[in-house]
Amino acid sequence: MSDISEESVRHLAGLARIALTDAEVTALTAELSQIVDVVAQVTSAVDADTPATSHPIPLSNVYREDVVTDDVLTPEQALASAPEHDGSRFKVSAILGEEQ
Amino acid sequence: MSELIHHTAAELATALADGSASSVEITQAHLDRIAAVDTDVHAFLHVNAEVSLAAAAASDKRRAAGAALNALDGIPVAIKDVLVTTDMPSTAGSKILEGWVSPYDATPVTKLREAGLVPLGKTNMDEFAMGSSTEHSAYGPTRNPWDLDRIPGGSGGGSAAAVAAFEAPLALGSDTGGSIRQPAHVTGTVGIKPTYGGVSRYGAIALASSLDQIGPVTRNVLDAAMLHDIIAGHDRHDSTSLKHEWPSMAEAVRNANVKGLRIGVVSQLDGEGFQPGVLARFHEAIALLEANGAEIVELSLPSLEHAVAAYYLILPAEASSNLAKFDSVRFGLRVTPEGGGTVEQVMSATREAGFGAEVKRRIILGTYALSAGYYDAYYGSAQKVRTLVQRDFAAGFEKVDVIASPTAPTTAWKLGEQLDDPLEMWRGDLATIPANLAGIPGISLPAGLADEDGLPVGIQFLAPAREDARLYNVGGALEQLLVDKWGHTLLSQAPALKVGAR
Amino acid sequence: MSKAKLMDYDKALELFEPVLGFEVHVELSTETKMFSSAPNNFGAEPNTNVTPVCLGLPGSLPVVNEQAVRYSISLGLALDCDIAPSSSFARKNYFYPDLAKNYQISQFDEPIAINGNVEVELPNGRIFQIDIERAHMEEDAGKLTHVGGSTGRIQGAEYSLVDYNRAGVPLVEIVTRMIEGAEHDAPELAKAYVATIRDIVLALGISDAKMERGNLRCDANVSLRPRGSDKLGTRTETKNVNSLRSVERAVRYEIQRQAQILADGGTIIQETRHWHEDTGATSAGRPKSDADDYRYFPEPDLLPVVPSSELIAELKAALPEKPVERRRRLKAEWGFTDLEFQDIDNSGLLTEVAATVAAGASPQAARKWWTGEVARLANAADVDANTLVTPEQVAELAVLIEEGILTDRLARQVLESVIAGEGSPREVVEKQGLAVVSDDGALIEAIDKALSAQPDVLEKIREGKVQAAGAVIGAVMQGMQGKADAARVRELILERATAQ
Ligand SMILES: [Mg+2]
Ligand SMILES: [Zn+2]
Repeated sequence: MSDISEESVRHLAGLARIALTDAEVTALTAELSQIVDVVAQVTSAVDADTPATSHPIPLSNVYREDVVTDDVLTPEQALASAPEHDGSRFKVSAILGEEQ
Repeated sequence: MSELIHHTAAELATALADGSASSVEITQAHLDRIAAVDTDVHAFLHVNAEVSLAAAAASDKRRAAGAALNALDGIPVAIKDVLVTTDMPSTAGSKILEGWVSPYDATPVTKLREAGLVPLGKTNMDEFAMGSSTEHSAYGPTRNPWDLDRIPGGSGGGSAAAVAAFEAPLALGSDTGGSIRQPAHVTGTVGIKPTYGGVSRYGAIALASSLDQIGPVTRNVLDAAMLHDIIAGHDRHDSTSLKHEWPSMAEAVRNANVKGLRIGVVSQLDGEGFQPGVLARFHEAIALLEANGAEIVELSLPSLEHAVAAYYLILPAEASSNLAKFDSVRFGLRVTPEGGGTVEQVMSATREAGFGAEVKRRIILGTYALSAGYYDAYYGSAQKVRTLVQRDFAAGFEKVDVIASPTAPTTAWKLGEQLDDPLEMWRGDLATIPANLAGIPGISLPAGLADEDGLPVGIQFLAPAREDARLYNVGGALEQLLVDKWGHTLLSQAPALKVGAR
Repeated sequence: MSKAKLMDYDKALELFEPVLGFEVHVELSTETKMFSSAPNNFGAEPNTNVTPVCLGLPGSLPVVNEQAVRYSISLGLALDCDIAPSSSFARKNYFYPDLAKNYQISQFDEPIAINGNVEVELPNGRIFQIDIERAHMEEDAGKLTHVGGSTGRIQGAEYSLVDYNRAGVPLVEIVTRMIEGAEHDAPELAKAYVATIRDIVLALGISDAKMERGNLRCDANVSLRPRGSDKLGTRTETKNVNSLRSVERAVRYEIQRQAQILADGGTIIQETRHWHEDTGATSAGRPKSDADDYRYFPEPDLLPVVPSSELIAELKAALPEKPVERRRRLKAEWGFTDLEFQDIDNSGLLTEVAATVAAGASPQAARKWWTGEVARLANAADVDANTLVTPEQVAELAVLIEEGILTDRLARQVLESVIAGEGSPREVVEKQGLAVVSDDGALIEAIDKALSAQPDVLEKIREGKVQAAGAVIGAVMQGMQGKADAARVRELILERATAQ
């Protein structure tokens, strides 16, 4: 059985910045427990010697030349979809936490 | 209703070339069809007739001027809303991106434009491509043209339904665990997931970066091949894009021949859990191929047992990170809690309001799978299962040229039927997921109708990485054999859609 | 903000052994960003150096800048690190408005360079070896401006503005191993270490290394171990230390602050602290907590960096000499005494002095100006000396003196104008008409006038009391508004006095 509790779901929702309702927390706790019980089978399917694969097609040294391209946006394009801006910068409400 | 909509893209290309139709006529015919049936089908999220007709007129002008054209210049194409476009909104089926217009085009879209194709609109999808039914779209479900009470598959139900309902001859989809192939299976159409890196992902709103791939959605194999030839190729914007010299897929279809082709049938994807009508059509197709010179080989891929579990760890993990950018700062929805709030509260309120239930479920699951103390057991082990799946395929492809299976265990289910049971719905991806984990290409094409419900059934073929042409060879050959046997295409058997809104 | 109670530094050292650690971020001076082809330049209008990648727009993807990889390998080699046969990128996930994707692409378990060391020479001649744990590549975040409230700081601000020009600028983060045994020299070592890193990246030509611009940023970890104990103390991580002076001051401050707390029976909280240049103090920041769950995982959009042995050999062959060797060479070349060289060490301005010599000044003049007048002005302004003037400007000043165009006194005046942004030394001299009057005619005229006004002095000189000339020199210099060479004036006075 998984160790997923309402408390852990709230913690995860905090990390993921989603303001879940109490009802969602309750529902997700049950669903996640059920899901995790199933997906946890991967743990027993492999052993320590098996290498992990993070890229399906192995490539390496894929680089870009150090040259400015026409992908650069105009400030108008950059700000076009901003919920709020001051004409040149994106505007957000007061920040509680500090830089990492 | 104009007859033009019932032609394949290849046929329309011939009509354009011999002057019997113009791109504006063809485009208008499809716009009319959308206007007539899409209230019911709801394949499209955005259509902009003006923009499409302008592109069509430009194509006609090019042709009149005698410019050298791509074979599909002037042919309309529907674009899954996961691909960003500069002249239409891109929402990925989510409220959090409602109305957002990208300042740049996705590379596959750029390639379509450069080849002169006419973007027809953006197609509906499960929110951020999370789902197998298109019921998880924030803008309401798409319906299966074969039975409007049934799902069109997902996440690319919009693209599949659009081509099945003759609203577009061609469409683009994205396939992370079957989102191109499973909708093809349930709508009687053709869908291809290319080799990972075969088509650029630049401008495809990411679900799971190591699994996503863009591919063609069409009514026949040749059309898919022609579209594939346009969108494939290296892109400097996508590090995972392959610098491979791709052979012509269209040529592979035109020269299709299965004589001597070794086809593997996977024991793990044949039997338990599959609907009888699905299995019956699959075995008939395999027999037909064998009768025409293919060699059928039994294969066992034991790691597939854990593939779905691995997939449902890797996908949510990558998605939880990919979807973090939707934070109300630079674009998209912003929801401010009553009385204001800190930026943290604004972000959390926005994401609570902007994401649907399935998206939240997967983000929380992915956050869990990556969090301290669980990473090794969950994400780490899942990436190891991925290695096992790749090894199984590598061993299998030592013995065979392509691998065959039913595309999905069941035919289209009724809307709402599986909504409450995510695990049940996820199990439906059993046959399609392994290709995404391994990065190999896969095709689904119609194999017939299930006896028990008269609904379409697809057959899937898989090939080694970079061997996409093998899929067009076997797919093209089987399609021809089946159409010859039936005396018609499968889609011609679909019930006529009522024209006009419900 | 009130300063914490601080223990006397010597007393603190009697009771505790300071243990240090540094994380230095170096911004690379590539043409474009780490993962995007947007320009990497400082000072552009907000949000003009951005592509869809820098803004984390949906669908955008990163692609690695090859030059940034080469620079990173060079830096790794210069730090005597092993270059990893294969290194990879990872995502560090946390939400913050200056982080467009809400994850930072960094390197986690497979950094590009590991296990290095760097020799640092302290002003007192002590050579200290600092072990480097790793150097890894990553991307910088955007820039936040906090608006409203009184301080312009994050606390109390009404809202914040985000500029993503800096988002994605290539960084190398250099992480030291735990540094023990610095003892009394800990603050000086901190400064000397950062100065050495700065000298290395400048010699490599891979960073502008301007601390005041954030090209080079140091996080200093400090903990105290009670004498006689082998248990490590809790450490704090001081961020935001934007000058060499501050590095030294911040480490000293943390030692004194922590010592006082421990002596009073308190406990040190593991936290980030912020250095405040204005008050010369650190303040508490974010405590470390389980919210620091960055959920690192391999970046699926990027592929491993597998440098060829040819590339490593090529970059190794192009490495500049090591800082300690360079110091020895320069000291010999310049013919400096230990004391003179210590002067430069104390100021942390070796690179500037060398650049000034390279630009045409004599070594002594270069040393004198940087460690003298420039350092004095920098101290008064609470900034690093190299933020005030460039080596080229100082060299020009020295040359003007050598050419006899400026006196020392005039040169100091010119320097202030240069710092005020009025142009190069030559331009200032021209604009303000400050050149020394070298026309003897004008001087003689002034001298004769002064001598006739003070007949008693004239008499004394004629009697052989040469030192009486001083009174006339003052008057002449005043009359020439300082634009005269005093030695020449003296010569002429004696000449005129005896001639008349
Ligand atoms: Mg750090
Ligand atoms: Zn860092």
